[in-house]
Amino acid sequence: MNLAIFLLALFDGVAYAALVFIVALGLTLIFGVMRILNVAHGSLYAIGAYATVSLTGYFLALGFAPVFAFPLMIVSAVLVGILIGGPLEYFLLRRIYDKSEVLQLLVTFAVFMILEDVQRLVWGTRPYFESSALQVLGNVSVFGVTYTAYQLILLPLIAVVLLLGMRFFLRHTITGKLITATTEDREAAQSIGVDADKVFLFTFVIGAVLAGLGGALASPTTSILPGMGADMIVLSFAVVATAGLGQIEGAALTALMIGLGRSFAVYLYPEISVLVPYLIMVLVLLVRPEGLFGSPAARKI
Amino acid sequence: MTTKTHSTKAKASMKSPLTFLWVIGVLAVIAVPFTTPSIQLLFNFAMAKGLAVLGVTVLLRAGQVSFGHALYFGIAAYAGAFLMASMPAADFFVVLIVGVAGAVLAGLFVGLFVVRYRGIFFGMLNLAFSMIFWSILEKFYHYTGGADGIRFARPTVLGQVLTHGQFEMMLYYSVVVLMVVLGWFTQRWFASPIGQLFQTIKTNETRLEYLGISPRRALLSGYLLSAALCGVGGVMMGMAQGVVTPEYVWWVRSAEMVFIAVLGGAGSVHGAFLGALIYEVVRTYASVYAGDIWQMILGGFLLIIILFAPGGLIGILESLFRRGSGKEGARK
Repeated sequence: MNLAIFLLALFDGVAYAALVFIVALGLTLIFGVMRILNVAHGSLYAIGAYATVSLTGYFLALGFAPVFAFPLMIVSAVLVGILIGGPLEYFLLRRIYDKSEVLQLLVTFAVFMILEDVQRLVWGTRPYFESSALQVLGNVSVFGVTYTAYQLILLPLIAVVLLLGMRFFLRHTITGKLITATTEDREAAQSIGVDADKVFLFTFVIGAVLAGLGGALASPTTSILPGMGADMIVLSFAVVATAGLGQIEGAALTALMIGLGRSFAVYLYPEISVLVPYLIMVLVLLVRPEGLFGSPAARKI
Repeated sequence: MTTKTHSTKAKASMKSPLTFLWVIGVLAVIAVPFTTPSIQLLFNFAMAKGLAVLGVTVLLRAGQVSFGHALYFGIAAYAGAFLMASMPAADFFVVLIVGVAGAVLAGLFVGLFVVRYRGIFFGMLNLAFSMIFWSILEKFYHYTGGADGIRFARPTVLGQVLTHGQFEMMLYYSVVVLMVVLGWFTQRWFASPIGQLFQTIKTNETRLEYLGISPRRALLSGYLLSAALCGVGGVMMGMAQGVVTPEYVWWVRSAEMVFIAVLGGAGSVHGAFLGALIYEVVRTYASVYAGDIWQMILGGFLLIIILFAPGGLIGILESLFRRGSGKEGARK
């Protein structure tokens, strides 16, 4: 393996890890606060990608400059969060917080099945490709290796900003502290006047926006196909489970681990590249069943 | 525990009319090839699927849901198909045994790992394993035929080469027998000491540990049973269709099994087969009109059942009978 291939694998891995982290961040945030694993998160990711491609295609056809692709990504992500995430929490998840974990899982799984067909109805089954955002930023050369600036600089930058932003938001703002308090003890928070329903709704919308944003940012780098949501939910679950459910900083590290592991496998052993994320997950969970950064839950007797 | 004795008492009181109904149901299924041969294959598929659903149902009794049990369905079918490809004269029973053995081996391998987890992790780790196997099937197409799958040749039966029609008839009655025998066995297993321990994982796992019993081992025994049942379903389905594709392992298949198990009545043996029959019949006729939105309909129904009828079809059926017997009691 020479330097050029090593660098290519490294860049691939970092770019991929950044995307997976953004999606996993939403998943782990929702789990951390609401104790629900949202299987429909993968669909929100896919819909974010589809929405970006459609919006970008529409506005570019009207004659807007390709640079408009960037604000449109944010618009799509927010639309996904508010139009799908909001109603989902308000009308459905709110009814099942007191139900068992398995029923909650089944409910979000049912939503996932519904949203998969919604995508197919709206966007059909043909693959979409829309890379104007990628072309706007051009390429950069590092030690003779040419790579897109979008994947090498912008994606990791956004991932790091989101990680630091989420830390700051949860620890140093009033809303963030309310969320943390509700997570710690919902009843105690309610008794001092925190509107827990509103906190849950807000958290879920933020998580859904992150899923949509992950999809929006992924859209220029890959072709958009049915089934991408199913792949992403399993992969981001692998990231989140390896880190420990609800661990935000841990998810960043495991996303990097899994992203790099996968991209190096693509160059060294292409046949097993799909398996690498799961191998990493299984190996970590064998040694640490709660994930790398998770702590064993107190058992109720 | 009190709710449990209550429900068994309730079951005992309505046992006779419901049992009567099941006997009629099985007789009707046995008569299908003579009365309405056009739906024979459909019922064959439905019962094969029902056997796999029974596997998922077993896990629901322990309060666990697996989103990846199509893995065992597929492994058994592929094991059978590979055996037929390498030994074209293999016997039906050998194929069945090899397929199920493959599923049980895989179940042991995955099970030893996943029984350390409950709830979310249990469901999602199973999903991850099935996705891994699915991508292996797609990637190593030199061996597995890729997305086109491989042919599942018709095996001989007790040394005899059967014609297409004879084989279909033999397959149909084999699956009926398997349904009755394995259904009965699973119910006996639930009532057996190990089955009781297994179900305690749902109600109070800590109590098991106080008794000095390993919950992991109890869960593993049920997990192996569920893998075996899915395996039987998979082999029977593969032989009925004559071809095995990676779609057997696809998560949609697993989701379908979970759906039918919940539709039939979470944890009910009868419900698994009743649900599978109704599901398959509705799907065959409805997919003509609603093929594009089939998953959407399933998801919608799943939500409705979970939110409004958590007992499923069996729950509705039993409450109808209970209401009937309640009135009788009042009259006395």
